[in-house]
Amino acid sequence: MTTMAAQTTQVYSVFIRASAEQVWDAITKPEFTQKYFFGARIELRDGRRFSALGDTAWDEEVLEAEPPRRLVHRWISAYDPELAAEAPSRVTWEIEPQEGGVTKLTVVHDRLEAAPKTAASVAGGWMLVLSGLKTLLETGEPLVG
Amino acid sequence: MAGVDDDRVFKALADPTRRHLLDRLFERDGRTLTELESELTMSRFGVMKHLRLLEDAGLVVTRRQGREKLHYLNPVPIRLIHDRWIDKYAERRVAALAELKHELEETA
Repeated sequence: MTTMAAQTTQVYSVFIRASAEQVWDAITKPEFTQKYFFGARIELRDGRRFSALGDTAWDEEVLEAEPPRRLVHRWISAYDPELAAEAPSRVTWEIEPQEGGVTKLTVVHDRLEAAPKTAASVAGGWMLVLSGLKTLLETGEPLVG
Repeated sequence: MAGVDDDRVFKALADPTRRHLLDRLFERDGRTLTELESELTMSRFGVMKHLRLLEDAGLVVTRRQGREKLHYLNPVPIRLIHDRWIDKYAERRVAALAELKHELEETA
């Protein structure tokens, strides 16, 4: 089986039947993120993005925040010591309302040139995060299993 | 909505050229039309049409970088199809069949 080569720019997108505000809340409030983001409690506060997962807690610099349309922050894979040693990369969330009560969410994870292990590790992760987020917002239930 | 999304993804996948394009992007994405076109015996217009269908289904996302339009594979719709159509109905059966195939091939 061929595996995906680690890409230095990765783009993921999903259409969600929810408002831009709901999507914004779902990516910036811990009570939502813990239901689809591998259990991590994530919160935007004081210009930083705080994460807590198990007994690990860390935070990243927020580069741009325009609620409810755009969020750009640094990415550090603090949940894994080997990945955490790599250079920080960057994540951009774009939230675009569409017709018919649907919102398009696009995640761009880039500047991964100096973080090849992170690049390989997050590829499948974003797919699960976005499909889980869609399920949560559309059904109110986290994906089981 | 979900049904319409699924239709688009299944239609987009029901074509060998489009599956080939996805495989090319799976190997390395962020490619230009010119790059993708170079491996196909098809007009530029034909490749554009296929990419457009993949984009409409959400399987390909494009980003502008300077003067170039780069194409990225977006695996999320395939994951959603998997959750909806594979996980729910077939996973156990597929696993059993895969095991049977493995056993038969071992003994053959």
